[in-house]
Amino acid sequence: MLGYAVRRIAGTVPTLLILVTLSFFVIRLAPGGPFDEERALSPQVRANLDHLYGFDRPLGVQYLRYLDGLAHGDFGVSYKLRDDSVAGLIAQGLPVSVTVGFAALVLAMLVGIPLGIWAALRRGGAIDYMVTGLATIAIALPTFVTGPLLALVFGLALRWLPVSGWQQGDPFYLVLPAVTLALPVCASIARMMRGSLLETLSASFVRTARARGLGPWRVLLRHALRPALLPVVSYLGPAATYVFTGSLVVETVFALPGTGRYLVQGALDRDYTLVMGMIILYGALTLLLNLAADLVYGWLDPRVRHE
Amino acid sequence: MLAIGSARARPGVRRLREDRVALGAALALAVLALLALFGPWLSPFSYDALDWRHISVAPGLTAAHWLGTDPLGRDLYVRTLYGLRLSLLIGVLATAVSVGIGVAWGIIAGYVGGRTDSWMMRAVDVLYALPYLFVVIILATVFGRGSIVMLLIAIGAVGWLTMARVVRGQTLSLKRREFIEAARATGLGTPAILIRHIVPNVAGTVAVYATLTIPELITYESFLSFLGLGVQEPLASLGSLINSGARQMLTAPWMLLVPAAFLIALLLCFNLLGDGLRDALDPSGN
Repeated sequence: MLGYAVRRIAGTVPTLLILVTLSFFVIRLAPGGPFDEERALSPQVRANLDHLYGFDRPLGVQYLRYLDGLAHGDFGVSYKLRDDSVAGLIAQGLPVSVTVGFAALVLAMLVGIPLGIWAALRRGGAIDYMVTGLATIAIALPTFVTGPLLALVFGLALRWLPVSGWQQGDPFYLVLPAVTLALPVCASIARMMRGSLLETLSASFVRTARARGLGPWRVLLRHALRPALLPVVSYLGPAATYVFTGSLVVETVFALPGTGRYLVQGALDRDYTLVMGMIILYGALTLLLNLAADLVYGWLDPRVRHE
Repeated sequence: MLAIGSARARPGVRRLREDRVALGAALALAVLALLALFGPWLSPFSYDALDWRHISVAPGLTAAHWLGTDPLGRDLYVRTLYGLRLSLLIGVLATAVSVGIGVAWGIIAGYVGGRTDSWMMRAVDVLYALPYLFVVIILATVFGRGSIVMLLIAIGAVGWLTMARVVRGQTLSLKRREFIEAARATGLGTPAILIRHIVPNVAGTVAVYATLTIPELITYESFLSFLGLGVQEPLASLGSLINSGARQMLTAPWMLLVPAAFLIALLLCFNLLGDGLRDALDPSGN
């Protein structure tokens, strides 16, 4: 298992390298550059800037230089945001993004799993219809729609919750962003949990457990729940990715000082190093989260052997 | 749906007819499409005309502006329907792009097999591992700002992965069937077999996944426009209208509610119809 994990982590390096290479050249293909201003810089200043940041070298050389920096843990400096290294900007914003994402993920699991179990146990009943119906709606709605709507209802109309800002992680300010982000994930989890529990409950080993005279709760907790959780666990990788990349939206909607805004702003400003830093950050996060989900899956399901 | 009108699929058509939810969704979609096409003509206003005497007025059936106006006095009814039109158009066209790429990729990988297959599917796996939201943002920012064609390509380029996987799987099982072998025995070349025999047989599945891809890509488009990276002013898409609505929430909540309601209706209908089609085609899955 440890060997497997190491090999999988090593396997993410080529993927990351492809990602870095592709995005490096795609961004450079775009018209414009970081020093294009409304008022053109004088040629001398422009040449000095280009020389300082190495833009006067061939693209291939710039690429190799960038990779060399990366290998030494240097993400470069932002061309637009003054006095800021890309690593520094990430270090400032990441705690916010991770807090929101993590809160959303935990919330989605805490609500989604019990709802799914409840719906499965009351198959065909009112609860079941309500859960599956609401899940269909919640999955269809993008966060940039639910976010403003929730802010309108709970922030402006009812005045229960603040609608924007961060306040050093005051949990009160965390509620609306986390709920917005959690809704679709929670719906997916509930739906998946319901489906897989229904399947497990009709399996022969559950029938055997019932035939042995075990009570319904014991059958559920001791026998059915663990295998039924497997699809949910394998969904957690994509869910975590969704939540962390999706925090971009709630950060925009609720004016949170996370990392998400750097991606859009950086791309618009042609702030190459900032965009690259964000791509690497989120690319690595995506790959690692998927890997973590696979490992947990193997631990839960002894039939899966990592060779 | 004509493509799946074979003897095997007929129970599927019947099941779909009995599915009230899916039928209702299809009907609602037809209404939305008609509204998007002809609705703006019912109003005397154009989408970019400024009406300085009616600034930020609330909706009202007796008012000049049925669904209200924005702070520039532009008619929200007309703007929302224009946005609906654009969102539908981009969603459908981008889906066509991704269906084209996905089907071609899937049938070639599945039919040719061997090393070609493993390399092609490896590429799909790598692309799957990328945070596609970010890829769309990068593509759209870098190439697509203001250009609807580039926006289409950027969105369509990320939507084809699932399609390629599904089509490949179908092709793998079709490939071993007798009628394909018979076609090969008569000396038909690979391209002809793919187009005449494989494509018609995967068409049903493709139709289902295409229906589910449309709302996904509409979401991407609206999302990009919401971030200000998609459709540019004075044109409007549902996403950019929701964005400006979210900014005016305090003074003019209808600016958020109207486009949000249309987008929600659109996405829900496509999802319900897609789910219905899938159940009709494959009732065993849930």
